[in-house]
Amino acid sequence: MKKYKMLLLLTIVSLFVLTGCHGSRGREPFAVPDKFDTSRDYEITFWAKNDTNKTQTDIYKKAIEDFEELYPNITVNIRLYTDYSVIYNDVITNIATDTTPNVCITYPDHIATYLTGANVVIPLDNLFADEKYGLGGSEILFDAPVRDELLPQFLDECSFSGHYYAVPFMRSSEACYINKTYVEALGFKLPETLTWDYIWEVADAATAKDENGNYLVNGQSVMIPFIYKSTDNMMIQMLKQKNAGYSTPEGEILIFNDTTKELLINIADHVEKGSFSTFKISSYPANFLNAGQCIFAIDSTAGATWMGSHAPLLDISEEQLVEFETAVMKIPQFDPSNPAMISQGPSVCVFNKEDPQEVLASWLFTQYLLTNEVQIAYSQTEGYVPVTSKAQASTEYQDYLSRSGEDNDLHYDVKLKAAKLLLENQDSTFVTPVFNGSASLRSAAGQLIENVTKSVRRKETVDASYMEKLYDDVTSLYRLDQKSTSVTSKAELGPLPKTAVILLSALGLAWLLIIVYVCREAVKHRKTRHNAH
Amino acid sequence: MKKSLILVLALMLALTFTACGNDSDAGKGSDANKGADADVKSEGVMTYAEYAAAALDTEVTIEAYVQAHQSWWEKEGVGKITVYAQDKDGGYFIYEMNCSKEDSEKLVPGTKIKVTGYKGEWAGEVEIMDANFEILEGSYIAEPVDVTTYLGLDDLANYQNQFVSFKGMTVETYEKDGVSYDCAFVYNDDNSGEPGKSDLYFNVSLNGATYTFCVESYLCDGTTDVYKAVENLKVGDVVDLEGFLYWYNGANPHITSVTVK
Repeated sequence: MKKYKMLLLLTIVSLFVLTGCHGSRGREPFAVPDKFDTSRDYEITFWAKNDTNKTQTDIYKKAIEDFEELYPNITVNIRLYTDYSVIYNDVITNIATDTTPNVCITYPDHIATYLTGANVVIPLDNLFADEKYGLGGSEILFDAPVRDELLPQFLDECSFSGHYYAVPFMRSSEACYINKTYVEALGFKLPETLTWDYIWEVADAATAKDENGNYLVNGQSVMIPFIYKSTDNMMIQMLKQKNAGYSTPEGEILIFNDTTKELLINIADHVEKGSFSTFKISSYPANFLNAGQCIFAIDSTAGATWMGSHAPLLDISEEQLVEFETAVMKIPQFDPSNPAMISQGPSVCVFNKEDPQEVLASWLFTQYLLTNEVQIAYSQTEGYVPVTSKAQASTEYQDYLSRSGEDNDLHYDVKLKAAKLLLENQDSTFVTPVFNGSASLRSAAGQLIENVTKSVRRKETVDASYMEKLYDDVTSLYRLDQKSTSVTSKAELGPLPKTAVILLSALGLAWLLIIVYVCREAVKHRKTRHNAH
Repeated sequence: MKKSLILVLALMLALTFTACGNDSDAGKGSDANKGADADVKSEGVMTYAEYAAAALDTEVTIEAYVQAHQSWWEKEGVGKITVYAQDKDGGYFIYEMNCSKEDSEKLVPGTKIKVTGYKGEWAGEVEIMDANFEILEGSYIAEPVDVTTYLGLDDLANYQNQFVSFKGMTVETYEKDGVSYDCAFVYNDDNSGEPGKSDLYFNVSLNGATYTFCVESYLCDGTTDVYKAVENLKVGDVVDLEGFLYWYNGANPHITSVTVK
């Protein structure tokens, strides 16, 4: 009897090991229920990102209140974040513990990683098309946009691997916020379209100092003429404008090319002259711009409310503010006749749950975020634009746009100029391919610039051999030589790690021995019984 | 035979568990300088004065004692930790130092570390970045320096990153950019955060001047006494405060202790 107990124990332990090592197999794919069961109560969680902006969090909270009034059986619990990367890390952690939120603000690049778990994120195609609960469906209790009212270029950014895995929530791009007063003081005139050559020329000119070591242009001891907030975007947009490689849609990494090297060498040259720095190295471009210590600050259009002498949001003291005229322009271009600027901004995905009714409740709330009430209110908090033609064309939104500069709050001119910049250049926007690993590639793109900038400041030699090492280091740091390709493709994963081989071999052998043992015991038992008869 | 077979099976399973474990390096930051005291620097190590005089973007090597650290995290698979350290002469803010999870647990207050990195400045905060470290023998916990009288003065910057105290401060209604929030504290500096997770900001005054202090949630999270104490502050309370003199476009102390008088 003892040996059977031992055998049973071993079998259970083996099963436990197998289960533990292989993780969850994932949920069943979601199927849209025929009817939303309003007799039950649902509690859903919404992980939302704001730009450290109280108005934005208030809008989220009001949207939840309004939604809960329409659907009293759905409770939405919000969790606020101010950083996409923190949301990303938390989602990854919670996928492992099966505690993902129901609805989450995120980037498509991040969703591509979430999709490595089976049926973790809901493909929205069937939900979009559902007659009752789809976009603008017959059973929706609010004025939701229909599919055609979601602007296709924004919606398409949420499509990869053959499915829509998110809906756009807001869209932004980058803008160059310029101290026009200083540009003109330096003897330059702003062109119709900024070019990289122009921006470097002015930035270099702004580094001239007087005999006391103060900068001539501002009379201060600090001046960083050109600061870029997102060096990821900087490299990505430069490569796009140059028609140089970044990645293929399938996930092949192309960034480590000669054009990238040329760009980095050029950036290094301007770092050495003191013309350029980055947010990670020096701090927020807006703070330097507003203190008269920066001339070209490139940041998101969704950062417009922080830019300018009269910015409604400030991170420096009033005494540090300098009065100047702020121009808002497209980011610099290599080919002004063929401009390219990144499209970015939050999207919303829905996570799969055991209960399809809970998922449907989540989808209803997601749709609510696309209503004019939410879209217009949220877009007005920053230089965002609504993602539906319905909201963009509304009288309310058009009236808002027409009142630029009426005040330094809701109608702050820099913010409205930033929003208009994107509205007028939507055809020039692009996104990068989404695949498992595209988020790391994005980071790697910026890391190249960050490393070069740091190295120059640290008096290291930036030359061809430096570049080779840089490429190796960044490839290794972001494991770009280990990434799988597209989310759907059956990627060649390479040889199993040694530990995995040992694990699988040991498990196989253990099972084999268990089976041999069971068979042997069965034969013996039969013989015993036979002999007993 | 049966016993042997069971033994073999058990060994296989044990091997399986071993294979599942991670093989990260252990024992980094080993003890290398037993017997050193708080005042003596090893060869090749900067004194605080030398560190303070070093130009930005130069490599620096310092020895100091951990006073506190922010929560450990991983960035692209590399462990990071931000440390508030001090020697008898001054404070050091070591930003996102490379550190394994295992080593992070050794960085208890008082631990002596030798740090090599680059001196940087971010929004006025002088820090050591891109740093590596090793743990040395020795222990030192700094007493707070009372800098109340330096508030509002340029001299306050001389105490940057040190463990400091502010005495007899009065809690004011929180205001920012001319907007009053009608309360003693907010979550994030514009109240856009949420309880337990976000940084706490509160305003205190002395002699008619008002200052904004912060409880940094990565240093003191929602479960800590100081976080709860600030959540219980009332406008008009007179408080003694302790914390690290962090800088963000001006003094922005990361408060670790609040005593209502």
